[in-house]
Amino acid sequence: MSGTFTKSMARNIFYGGTVFFALLFLALTFDSMQTLPKRDNRANLTPAVVAGKKVWEVNNCIGCHTLLGEGAYFAPELGNVYKRRGPEFIKAWIQSQPTGAPGRRQMPNFHLTEQQLNDLVEFLKYSSEINTANWPPNIEG
Amino acid sequence: MQYSSQSVAKPYFIAAIGLFVGQVLFGLIMGLQYVIGDFLFPAIPFNVARMVHTNLLIVWLLFGFMGAAYYMIPEETETELYSPKLAIAMFWVFLVAGAATILGYLLVPYATLAKFTGNDILETMGREFLEQPLLTKIGIVVVALVFLFNLTMTMLRGRKTSISLVLMMGLWGLAVFFLFSFYNPHNLVLDKYFWWWVVHLWVEGVWELILGSLLAFVLIKVTGVDREVIEKWLYVIITLTLITGIIGTGHHYFWIGTPEYWQWWGSVFSALEPIPFFAMTVFAFNMVNRRRREHPNKAATLWALGTGVMSFLGAGVWGFLHTLAPVNYYTHGTQITAAHGHMAFYGAYAMVVLCIISYAMPILRGRAANSEKSQVMEMWAFWLMTVAMVFITLFLTAAGILQVWLQRYSSTPIPFMAAQDQVAIFYWLREGAGLMFFTGLVVYIISFFVSGESKARTA
Repeated sequence: MSGTFTKSMARNIFYGGTVFFALLFLALTFDSMQTLPKRDNRANLTPAVVAGKKVWEVNNCIGCHTLLGEGAYFAPELGNVYKRRGPEFIKAWIQSQPTGAPGRRQMPNFHLTEQQLNDLVEFLKYSSEINTANWPPNIEG
Repeated sequence: MQYSSQSVAKPYFIAAIGLFVGQVLFGLIMGLQYVIGDFLFPAIPFNVARMVHTNLLIVWLLFGFMGAAYYMIPEETETELYSPKLAIAMFWVFLVAGAATILGYLLVPYATLAKFTGNDILETMGREFLEQPLLTKIGIVVVALVFLFNLTMTMLRGRKTSISLVLMMGLWGLAVFFLFSFYNPHNLVLDKYFWWWVVHLWVEGVWELILGSLLAFVLIKVTGVDREVIEKWLYVIITLTLITGIIGTGHHYFWIGTPEYWQWWGSVFSALEPIPFFAMTVFAFNMVNRRRREHPNKAATLWALGTGVMSFLGAGVWGFLHTLAPVNYYTHGTQITAAHGHMAFYGAYAMVVLCIISYAMPILRGRAANSEKSQVMEMWAFWLMTVAMVFITLFLTAAGILQVWLQRYSSTPIPFMAAQDQVAIFYWLREGAGLMFFTGLVVYIISFFVSGESKARTA
């Protein structure tokens, strides 16, 4: 911080640098949006998947689980649960909660209808088919 | 206190501390649920406790930021606040809306809450940290806009310092990026992509502008170092923050379906993110060493130095620990993330709010600094909470490393819950450290009620 480096120089670098990197970020975002159709499995965004995503959201599943690694770390990753367990297991599991096993972590029963269960499974199937650059490292999530 | 309208900051600070207590209590509940899984089930399931814990964190920090801004802007602009009445009115709106939301989480099933608060009109709920009902989200926007209007009007008619300008940029940025919380596309990848425009561009972007300006303000006051020097540092720090942090968003775009070039952009730029935090630490120590006065408020100086160090450790070092894509491939979404989150939020944001409270609250109560006795107690609280947070972070890191090994890295990976059972000892230790943190918080609150001979009254 010598005397030749003044506050107004620092301020100008701040504005210039911020604008430059914000624009670069927008450019990368624009490019990502062009590439996403090849990776994000949007072809399979059926009405059931859309309904399933809503079931996922209004029951706050992310409050315990991760989905593609994001969420809470209290319960298993569900981005690949469709591949790990399959549709029938997922439905049976959700319906049989809570286990009531003493001292074990408990999942509430959300009283989902058959339709909601099917939609949720469709959403998890769609999620499991997103191209995640090979993440997670193995089927355990 | 130089301007009488600065006093509107006081209720904001008190509310911030009150909600902080709630946040920590729910943290303790969750910590126990990690090892005694059915604790308080079904009254408070984990997901509810977590929502309360994280939302209270956000809300108390926002109360802290708002209080800080109401305190700082009149003094920086050398003019009274545009409308103190509006500031007080918004305080009550925000407090009531916040309390109602938390009660909603606790008393009503989340799906029912969603149904009766307009989630069917615009689906925004059920995403991490943005769980608030639509009505609450709209309320946050209204409060933020009125708050920004009030401060911007104040600034327009007063002196425009760099500190106030940076603070206002940070606060406007906070409000603008929150608008992305209303965008929830059906496409999960797009949803996640723009969700980070709220979460990352807040905590590793515009919030750091707020952090920097709060710290700069307190350092000018307690050290008496020339404003030109401090503001030059501030610009350098926030430049480093944004040129690393904006593209650094890419470290969240490794495994969510986004193009794989983000592994390079995200790794390289976020590896540089510790630099602004390191600069902040150097800044804080440098200014305190070059101080031109001995300010009677030693506790505030301690918080300022602590913010520098702990944000560097929590956000900088613990962030770097898992930010490179080849490492993150194994650590993504494990207890390592939780460890980083705890120390970063405490070190950067909780501590800077406690710092400005420590500096401003005695003045708001009519004295330059608290009594020796009260300050010693506050410093005890500082060390108890800070050391406890170091331990929470270390135990979660240990749990995380074991989790990664057992579940992700070894040649015979085991299921999630089996791995959780293996690392339970570290969750117990974390809960112990959490109790220590809570003790520190209790001591902190008691320090406000300790009298003793106080320092000279200010004008």
